[in-house]
This record gives sequence, structure tokens and C-alpha cells, in this order.
Amino acid sequence: MEGIVQDPRGGRHIAASLSGASVTFGSFTALSDISLEIGAGEFWTILGPSGCGKSTMLRLVSDLVPPAAGTVEILGKSTEAARLAREIAFVFQDATLLPWRSALKNVELPLEMGRKRGIDIPRGERTPRELLELVGLKGREDALPHELSGGMRQRVAIARALVCQPRLLLMDEPFGALDEMTRDRLNMQLLEIWRETGVTCLFVTHSIPEAVLLGQKVLMLRAHPGRVKEVVEIDLPEPRNVELRETPEFNRYSSYLRKSLEDC
Amino acid sequence: MTATESLPETVDADAAPEPRAPSLPIRRLTNAAVPLGTAAVLLLIWQFGVRYFDVPTYIAPAPTDVGAVFLEELPLLMRNFWPTFTVSIVGFLAGNLAAILIAVTFVHSRVMERAFFPIAVFINTIPILAIAPILVLIFGPGLTAKVVIAGLICFFPTLVNMVRGLQSVNPQTLELARILSASKSEVFWKIRLPSSLPFLFSALKIAATTCVIGAIVSEWIGADVGLGALIIDSTFNYRSPLLYATVFLSSGLSVLLFASVTVAEKLVVRW
Repeated sequence: MEGIVQDPRGGRHIAASLSGASVTFGSFTALSDISLEIGAGEFWTILGPSGCGKSTMLRLVSDLVPPAAGTVEILGKSTEAARLAREIAFVFQDATLLPWRSALKNVELPLEMGRKRGIDIPRGERTPRELLELVGLKGREDALPHELSGGMRQRVAIARALVCQPRLLLMDEPFGALDEMTRDRLNMQLLEIWRETGVTCLFVTHSIPEAVLLGQKVLMLRAHPGRVKEVVEIDLPEPRNVELRETPEFNRYSSYLRKSLEDC
Repeated sequence: MTATESLPETVDADAAPEPRAPSLPIRRLTNAAVPLGTAAVLLLIWQFGVRYFDVPTYIAPAPTDVGAVFLEELPLLMRNFWPTFTVSIVGFLAGNLAAILIAVTFVHSRVMERAFFPIAVFINTIPILAIAPILVLIFGPGLTAKVVIAGLICFFPTLVNMVRGLQSVNPQTLELARILSASKSEVFWKIRLPSSLPFLFSALKIAATTCVIGAIVSEWIGADVGLGALIIDSTFNYRSPLLYATVFLSSGLSVLLFASVTVAEKLVVRW
């Protein structure tokens, strides 16, 4: 499949590998014994009931929370090494833009941060200006966040996430607060970016149709404590488009996942 | 052609919010006319009230008396205006700078905050009128004591607002900074400090008017120039029109400083 590089031993390249990883906050176990291998270039969506640790999973992979047990490796390195090499990028539920910076200046933020730590900041092939064009915001470079709509702000956040050309793009319900039409459009735009850059995506969502539409694989989590329930491969024709939602295959996956979510 | 294809093109739901329509000049005019008209009517009531009830000038001068004295004694008023202006400005700068620096140390060290915040609260509870003589005793009758009094009155609101402002950063923004491996100083200069500016400016607006109060109070104690000294002097000499003129000039100084801070805020906080 496109985007997945075969390694000489015949296996796939692994972007992220978790083995027996758990996360605890005090006496509360957020994630328990997670073992997964996420292939390079794959698009995974994460579903699960509220409080199942979907967001915690992304925070574990991005070195925001440490594992209490088990290990997490990104491209064969520790999560910290991957973070310092800017191989991980995060798109939050809110765009999390700095309100006093223009769209362009917000996209440039990752190039300015971390210098004092002496980390080597990789520059992507695309300039911040080109990235804004890629997400369809050409001409709005100088707009302040409050002058942009919610969807536009989230697109700036995606451009910012791509500026250091990450290998792993983590998204925590990035389109959850947007209206249906904007969401459809951004979903398609995201898939285009994914196909073009070959970045590995981990996308948390509450929406079953969104999970099926975007994901090559859907990771279903179970709550209390958060554990892997199952991984469902979505075998739909590529490139995906919104019309797929009208097909019987799509509905089959959706109803399967709905049932699976119900008995979590 | 299927039904879906023939649907009319959908509206761009992702369009930016429309800029607010510019207010009509007429509306601006009435907006200004209402408070100005009210003030004019009140002045008229005052003028005719004083004349009608035959109130002696030393008890309550008519607005025209005050206006006449204001013009006659303008050199005297201005001679006393500039010292108060200087004390207010220097006190404003010193008090706010101290508050900002202490707020920064509080945000970076919980121990410092726990040690010194209660003391700051205690000092704030002492009425400025009560602490002013103490400060004059300590610093003498010169400029220092006056600046300290004017600065002290600005200090607390700015400290509290600045601490809140520096802590007002969205937790997700801090997570973003961590993913970007930002250093503490980068987080401070690029995130915390700009986030605190709206809070700082609300405090500076309070300080712009209170620093004048501090300056005037400081001039009540052993000063021979300044609007505060002139207030005391004209009160004890029953020069009521001059007293009123001085009071109006004092509030004019507060308005001037407040307006300057508001303009600075508009230029700096554009978001």
C-alpha cells in the first residue's frame, strides 16, 4: 500500500512501537498494557468511549507523559530523542495558536523554539509560506487568529505541525469543534497532505464515520482502564473521498465499529 | 445527472467572520452628545442652584467663579501641576516596574510567592493616608518619599493582575512548548509575557488614576508645591474657587494618564 516502505527483511518499517506500555496518574490507571506496532506511513484513527485514554495515548507517544511501565519507541528511538529531533508533531483539539502572532508567524513558531536548548531544528522542504498555501490559506498570512474562522485556525495549526517535516503526526480530535461541511473539507485536505508527505498519522476522534473515512486502521480502545480492544483494518479504495460514505462497505464498517464501541 | 450532482453549490461555511460594520457618524455624535449634554445640564443646575439659594462662594463657588479663577490663576496652577505630574509619572513607572518584576519571581518560584505574597497583601491593607507620614519620616520631604507613596498605591493591583496574566497560559500551549522542547526562557518571552499583556494593561489603567491620588496625598504632608499642597493651602485660606479649580486640574491629570495608557494598549494589544 502507498506510503508503507518495505524493509529488506520483508517486514514493514515501524513508526511507533509500544510494548506493554501503561500510564498512571497517581492511583488512576489511564492506559494499561498497550502493545502496538504502527507502520511508517500508515493512517490510524483511534476510537473509544470517553475516558478510555485516547488523548493520553497521544501524549504517551509524544513524550508528554512518561510510561509507568513498558516501553514506547518512535522510529527505533526513545520518545524523547524523537521529540528533540522534531520527528513528532501534535495538533490539538483547539488550534492553540498564539493570538498575538499572525498566521505566518504562528507557523514559524516551531523554528524559533528550542534554539536555547541547542537542538538542531530541521527545516522541512516547504517554507512556512508554502505550507499555508498547501492548507489553502494563501493570502491570509498576515491575519491574526481572531480574524480567522475555526476551520482556518485549525488549518494554520496543521501547517505549523508540518513545518519541521515530522515523521509522526498526532491529532487529538482536531476537527471536533467544526461544522460538518468544514470537517469534510478538512478531512479530504488532510488525506491529501498525508498522501503527499507520507507522514504517519495517529488521529483521535469521537466520530465513527470520520474514523472509517480517514483510517487505514481503526484502533478501538476500551475504558477503565484504557486497553486495546481491537484493531480493525479498513479496506476501502484509495484515494478516499466523501462519496465513500454512501457505499455499503462503508456502512458495514461503521455499524461494526458502532457495535464494538457499544460493548466497550 | 444524479440528484447530488445537480445540487446548487454550497455556501462556504469556513469563511472568515465578517468585519464589524463601521459605526455611523451620526451614532458617534449622539454617543458623545449624551454624556456631554448631561454634564452641561448638571453644571447649569449647579450654577443656578448656587445663585438661587445665595450660597456663599467660600462654601460652594459657582462654575463660572471656578472657570474665572482657573484662567486668572493659570500660572499658579501650572506651577503646581508639573511637580505632581512628575511624582505621578515616576511613581507610576517605579511602582509598576517593581510589581512586574516581583510578579515574575512569584511565577517562577512558589517559595517566593508563599513568603512574600502575604506581606504584599498586608501592606495593601494599610490605608495610603496612614502609611504616607511613615514614608515621609523614612525618606524625608524630598521627591523619594512622594514617588514611593505614588508607586505603592499602583503596586498591588499590578502585582495581582500580572501574576494572573503570567499564569493565564492555556495548558495546551504549554504542551505545545514542551513538544517543541522550548526552554524556560523561550516560554517566558514568547508565550507567558505576551499572554500577560491584556492583564497588565487592565492594571495599568487602574494605576494611571491611582498614582495621581498617591502623588496628591504625598503632597499633603510637608510639601510646599504640587496640586496636593495647593489643595491644602486653598482649603485653609477659604479660596474655594481655587480649590475647585485645583481639583478639576487633578482629575484632568488622571484622565490624561488614563487616556495615554488606553492608547498604548490599543497599539500593543491588537488581538
